[in-house]
Amino acid sequence: MFDGYLLSVLVWLPIIGGILTLLTGDKFATRPVALIISIATFAISLLLWTGFNSKGYQLQFVELMPWIETFKVNYHLGVDGISMPLILLNTFTTVLIVLAGWEVIKHKPSQYMASFLIMEGIINGVFAAQDAILFYVFFEAMLIPMFIVIGIWGGDNRIYATIKFFLYTFFGSVFMLVSLIYMYTQAGSFAIADLHTVKLGMTPQILIFLSFLIAFGVKVPMWPVHTWLPDAHVQAPTGGSVILAAVMLKIGGYGFLRFSLPMVPDASNELAWLVIFMSLTAVVYIGFIALVQSDMKKLVAYSSIAHMGFVTLGFFLLFPIMKASGGSSEGALMGMQGGMVQMISHGFISGAMFLCIGVLYDRMHTREINAYGGVSNRMPWFAAFFVLFAMANTGLPGTSGFVGEFMVILASFKANFWIAFLGATTLIVGAAYTLWLVKRVIFGAVANDQVAELNDINKRETLILSILAFFVLAVGLWPEPLINVMNDSLVHVIEQATTSKLVN
Amino acid sequence: MLLFSLIPMQFQLPNIMLATPEMFLLAGTCFVLLADLFIKDSQRFITYLLAQVVLLITAGLVFFGTGDMNAIIAESVQATGKMSITAFSDMFVLDPMAQVLKISILLITMGVLVYSREYLRSRDMYKGEYFTLTLFAVLGMMIMVSAKTMLLIYLGLELLSLAMYAMVAFKRNDGRASEAAMKYFVLGAIASGMLLYGMSIIYGVSGSLHLDHISTYMSSHPVMENLGLLLGLSFIIVGLGFKLGVVPFHMWVPDVYDGAPTAVTLFLGTAPKIAAFAMIIRLLVEGLGDMVQGWQQILSLLAALSLLVGNLIAIAQTNIKRMFAYSTISHMGFVLMGILAGTQSGYAASMFYIITYAIIAMGGFAVVIYLSREGYEADQLADLKGLSARHPWVAFMMMLFLFSMAGVPPTVGFYAKLSVITAVVDANVIWLAVFGVVMSVIGAYYYLRAIKLMYFDKPDDATNSARSPVQWDFTALLSLNGLAVLALGILPGTLMALCLKAIQTSL
Repeated sequence: MFDGYLLSVLVWLPIIGGILTLLTGDKFATRPVALIISIATFAISLLLWTGFNSKGYQLQFVELMPWIETFKVNYHLGVDGISMPLILLNTFTTVLIVLAGWEVIKHKPSQYMASFLIMEGIINGVFAAQDAILFYVFFEAMLIPMFIVIGIWGGDNRIYATIKFFLYTFFGSVFMLVSLIYMYTQAGSFAIADLHTVKLGMTPQILIFLSFLIAFGVKVPMWPVHTWLPDAHVQAPTGGSVILAAVMLKIGGYGFLRFSLPMVPDASNELAWLVIFMSLTAVVYIGFIALVQSDMKKLVAYSSIAHMGFVTLGFFLLFPIMKASGGSSEGALMGMQGGMVQMISHGFISGAMFLCIGVLYDRMHTREINAYGGVSNRMPWFAAFFVLFAMANTGLPGTSGFVGEFMVILASFKANFWIAFLGATTLIVGAAYTLWLVKRVIFGAVANDQVAELNDINKRETLILSILAFFVLAVGLWPEPLINVMNDSLVHVIEQATTSKLVN
Repeated sequence: MLLFSLIPMQFQLPNIMLATPEMFLLAGTCFVLLADLFIKDSQRFITYLLAQVVLLITAGLVFFGTGDMNAIIAESVQATGKMSITAFSDMFVLDPMAQVLKISILLITMGVLVYSREYLRSRDMYKGEYFTLTLFAVLGMMIMVSAKTMLLIYLGLELLSLAMYAMVAFKRNDGRASEAAMKYFVLGAIASGMLLYGMSIIYGVSGSLHLDHISTYMSSHPVMENLGLLLGLSFIIVGLGFKLGVVPFHMWVPDVYDGAPTAVTLFLGTAPKIAAFAMIIRLLVEGLGDMVQGWQQILSLLAALSLLVGNLIAIAQTNIKRMFAYSTISHMGFVLMGILAGTQSGYAASMFYIITYAIIAMGGFAVVIYLSREGYEADQLADLKGLSARHPWVAFMMMLFLFSMAGVPPTVGFYAKLSVITAVVDANVIWLAVFGVVMSVIGAYYYLRAIKLMYFDKPDDATNSARSPVQWDFTALLSLNGLAVLALGILPGTLMALCLKAIQTSL
């Protein structure tokens, strides 16, 4: 089915479906229409998984059409083992968001659903684009629906948060645009594959690397450009937080794999220390910041930054490992795989955490940790899910959170003991802030009258959380299929990242 | 008969047919002027319709040509192999660039008239003179676009300017409009003087007013050491800077935009910018192309300053028209960026930029007109509050215009910026490219603020009251305008290729 244009369907079906949803007006039809479209998109995206050939790094499901001939820009889509799982993560998460907003969103539901569907299509475009300008267009276009989602359905301080979010990301990406244009003038093409092979001198490479670092670092987000994330998360509606944490942050990590490492390998090698330093700071320092938060969403937001630190750490361990072992990249693959697994797993876990907080918020209309206590007495089922996801967040073996972190820490031992040591502190700090959160919110005696009146999760909420729980455990217990799919593509990235592109 | 044979027939009569559209426009304008004398105030719609028809036919003439015109063109293209054909002793030129620009000017003016009709009617400005002045301004612009000598450029410019001065002052009882007209006139006159002075110096050195002759002279002389030429170039750039409204010659822009009736601002901020672009290309590229080193430096400074000042001061504005004025200044900085790259793709990028900018700005001002009503000018940013709740479709259109001005894909503004930045990176002026994108981030702030007012704020009670009724053609055009911004954003290739082709075959 959809031979030759599967990816286009995945990009445009949600966008057109979003417009249809908008046209339904704010009647009840909005929700079923949105649900049908999101489920259809997810079902179609499963064809990517089943039809994917995990041997080799070559692009699959390729589509190529001329788009702007003046600049030799093509409408060029394709996926490899890195982007395919991320597209699935996106289509999967959108279904959950539509379900999660079912009864909760009462103000302009059609616009809400439409924004998320359109965003789904655009994000699929980001992961599938094989042309730098096409990528950039999707990369930026994504901001518009998110800007509206936070601005309309957000909390009290939503306007500050949404403008900060927009400007931060916009600021990050414009430098990338200049870099892409510069590489275009060198390579004569905007095709990502051509930009992978074009020769560049060291100074341009360093500047390009830094511009990518700003663009993707803001997106990930990395310390010290992370400050937009807590604001955006806290103010965004539950659905916004989920898509932000589960999918949008992954675009930053994806950018490092698709752009930074293969396009400017020499500069990546030269400046790997910087990325590793920033990642470790995120892991350790941001972990401590999460510890002192009094707002649940903020706590999870900071924990996201810390966990994403593992992703970037895993990607850039390649270079210290090469240095330590005298040129052999053995072990580096494990770091990369760890980073990728961490991205997918964090998508499930953080999405689940934000949904859990959303469940509480819908009932009590507060995110303050102090307002809760003893929730397990009133909501036993919810408590069980919450504890499971919290455990996954701390990296308990058997959950998906363990796999990625463990692989990255293991790989970092090959590079340097101290990197591994600092990275491993997350196991303590992460456990501290997450378990303390659980203790204060879930356990103990019923704190006040409001908590005493809580009702346990309904069927819809149970369904959403069960699906997520299933995936958290599945990836944790049997990560093999996921790792297999991305293996060859990651090997290719390592190959590209270790091949010098300097002009002789 | 004998007498006739004594006069040497030096020009070939048929050649002047190249100016058929201009001649038709002039005749049509005179006809509108006369016809209006016999039309009652209550039937002013006829004048409006006549003006639109004249513009439409002129656009058709530019696009399709007449039998004579096409025959001359075909003959000339075959004889010389060049797409640019001259007439009137080489003073007038018809090339693809001129055609594209003229059609843009004509269509945009038609749109401007549609948008302004109701506004004019409710403000006692719905008079025949208004349409005649508009048509004369368009004629001036078309002459500027097709001028091949400095004299003709000046002539076209003055025809445009004089009509514009009168239009700004059209509400003669309005103190602010008169003040704006006065400022515009005085500064415009100074600018014209500067331009004329520069032209006279260049004429003095090169011995010709004709752009091709000047260019020939320049290519055989060391121009960059010639103090006279450099002085002439400087004066010309000052004049052009005034007309285009770039920093530091921008002071009139916000005052005139703000003081003029919104319908006039709408006209002033769109079509004449396209003509100004043509003027720059003709003067600097075709005439003074060999002084590229000289004007490149000056223009990069002007561009950088315009981007800086325009974007920063726009943040402080509370009046939409003033905000748009400063935003225009920054956009003109981007237009200069493409020109100063000094390559054909750079000129094409600027051409794409200016045409799309005119489309976007037209929509932006149209929304301001939409919100106004009799006795109330909705020119404060606060008037946008809660627009999405009151008029969701108009708010959506305005959002498209604002995102496009900010240069966010998938709107056309992004591709305009992309092509201009590509041109400067290609010309190795990377600092300016980086500066430009940083400034566009700063610019994004005030566009976002306007969107925030529309979408996230609740409407004030004062702004919630009724507007004057809007005609169907206004709404239809606004929708078309907004969707064009989106459609060109998704498929910009055709217009981009057209601009590039026009530039390549013209220069």
